[in-house]
Amino acid sequence: MEFWIIVTGALVATACGILGCFLVLRRMSLIGDAISHSVLPGIVIAFMMSGSRDSLAMLLGASVLGLVTVFLIQLFQQSGVQADASIGVVFTALFAVGVVLVSLNARQVDLDLDCVLFGEIAYVHWNTMSVFGIDGVPKAVWILGITLLAIFLVIGLFYKQFKLCAFDPAMALACGIPVALFHYLLMGLVSMTTVASFESVGAILVVGMLIVPAATAYLLTERLSIMILYSVLIGITCAVLGYYAAAWLDASIAGMMVTVAGLLFVVALIFSPSHGLLMRWVKRRRLVGVEA
Amino acid sequence: MMEFSWSVLADPNTKWILMGCMLLGLMSGMIGSFAYLRKQSLIGDTLAHAALPGICIAFMLTGVKSLPLFFIGAFVSGLIATYSITVITRYTRIKADAAMGIVLSVFFGIGIVLLTQIQHSPNGNQSGLDKFLFGQAASMIHSDVYLMMGVSAVIIIACTLLFKEFKLLSFDPGFARGLGFPVGLLEQLLMFFLVMTVVVGIQAVGVVLVAALLITPAVAARYWTDRLGVMVVLSGVFGAISGVIGTLISTTTSNLPTGPLSVLAATTVFGFSILFAPRRGVCAKVIRRIRGNEAIRASERMREMQRQDIRLRKEESL
Repeated sequence: MEFWIIVTGALVATACGILGCFLVLRRMSLIGDAISHSVLPGIVIAFMMSGSRDSLAMLLGASVLGLVTVFLIQLFQQSGVQADASIGVVFTALFAVGVVLVSLNARQVDLDLDCVLFGEIAYVHWNTMSVFGIDGVPKAVWILGITLLAIFLVIGLFYKQFKLCAFDPAMALACGIPVALFHYLLMGLVSMTTVASFESVGAILVVGMLIVPAATAYLLTERLSIMILYSVLIGITCAVLGYYAAAWLDASIAGMMVTVAGLLFVVALIFSPSHGLLMRWVKRRRLVGVEA
Repeated sequence: MMEFSWSVLADPNTKWILMGCMLLGLMSGMIGSFAYLRKQSLIGDTLAHAALPGICIAFMLTGVKSLPLFFIGAFVSGLIATYSITVITRYTRIKADAAMGIVLSVFFGIGIVLLTQIQHSPNGNQSGLDKFLFGQAASMIHSDVYLMMGVSAVIIIACTLLFKEFKLLSFDPGFARGLGFPVGLLEQLLMFFLVMTVVVGIQAVGVVLVAALLITPAVAARYWTDRLGVMVVLSGVFGAISGVIGTLISTTTSNLPTGPLSVLAATTVFGFSILFAPRRGVCAKVIRRIRGNEAIRASERMREMQRQDIRLRKEESL
């Protein structure tokens, strides 16, 4: 069971780590936060309509809600509301709808709010599914695997386009790349990932796995491909260390994973060879020494 | 249900709770409009999430559930959060949005870890700490409302007295510095009020949604006016109305947390504003476009007539 929990965590970390890099570079980290909150009504509505925890329906419902979120944020921005305020208005409203729906249907709906928000990765191995005759693999692993495959495919095929959009959208537009299409493609992938991982790390902590490893990697390198690699590796480290730390302290696994991610970020913040606080200090001391 | 809510109003305890939520809406609306103009709307969200570990540590250290203690804990961790954001954005190339995301998720993650620790401890079940996630106004007691009233009185008075300074700070901090205002001090004061509002609001609205009370009424108010004074008052009124509606529905129907209901009330006000506000609203824009089209068509018709007139005269002269 331990094995499957760590595999699930690592899959979440990989998917989030890849997408997080693009979010951090495009300065859209908080859109990731917004999507991770606002998929809640999508999950609940899909759950109420299908009447089961059939993850495919939830995946669909939440992805739709994710795109609606992005669309609404853009709409309000264009009508003159400031960017961060329009993010705030949209996700709080949708999240509130989700919580009210859950509370209203608490009797019929066997959907634990805590479970949706903070995830119960400890239970993934109980819910197995056999696909292509392979038994004993948890459902969450299948779904995360499919999501990850989709991310590999889309990012792999259009890596150059995504890279240009991340660094210089105006240039990308001038080159004839449909920037808006890639924007929505990225957002669609982010909402898919959020939903695929909500069962394991929960809706709120997905944002930690999206942003923190990517930002840590951003402090360590100047190349996008290496940043993605680092981000994924850091994410997997967080998943593994977080699991053992949680088992040791008997605490929330998802919470522990994000806490470990935070610790690694602080380490990078201080000791990064290129951007760390310590290096800055040393460099400044050297400069002072040269002048003296 | 409406009659029911009136009978509930007769209950003195409910009156207190309503009073508290109204004041909360009022002050968060007022502070929120300054935050909105300073493009700091989402900092409220970060502060609220970051308050969770502070609340948990306060509970773990003392073992009692008392709002003033939680207030101190949340306040300290909120200040650490703002300081962390400043350090990350000032000393690295990470931008403000990612810095806020990092602080928000890591603090919240730590908070969840502490929360599970408390729930596993023997006296964890009575703590009612999970109420802090979505807020339960009905669980407020008299002393909580007193604290709320005190804080909101301080904030409302300060906003009135320092209105001119905050106004300058919101629109042109550089100019304010040039005039010799203590800009750094004023910024910290505003942040201090923001932290206070968020921390007090957590009890009623919950960690996850308290940011909405800062953002949504302010954005809605911005649709109606171009004057800061009017905007601050309007945003406060919108906030107060949302707080009252959310509390009323939440206390009359069981099982519904206050936070999401207040947020939905505020969102309804926002939706109404976006549709029907004069000049900026969708309806006003549509009407203006129709009128504009009509004016263009009228002038086209006029020109056509003039052209015909000229042609006729030419034919006559021939």
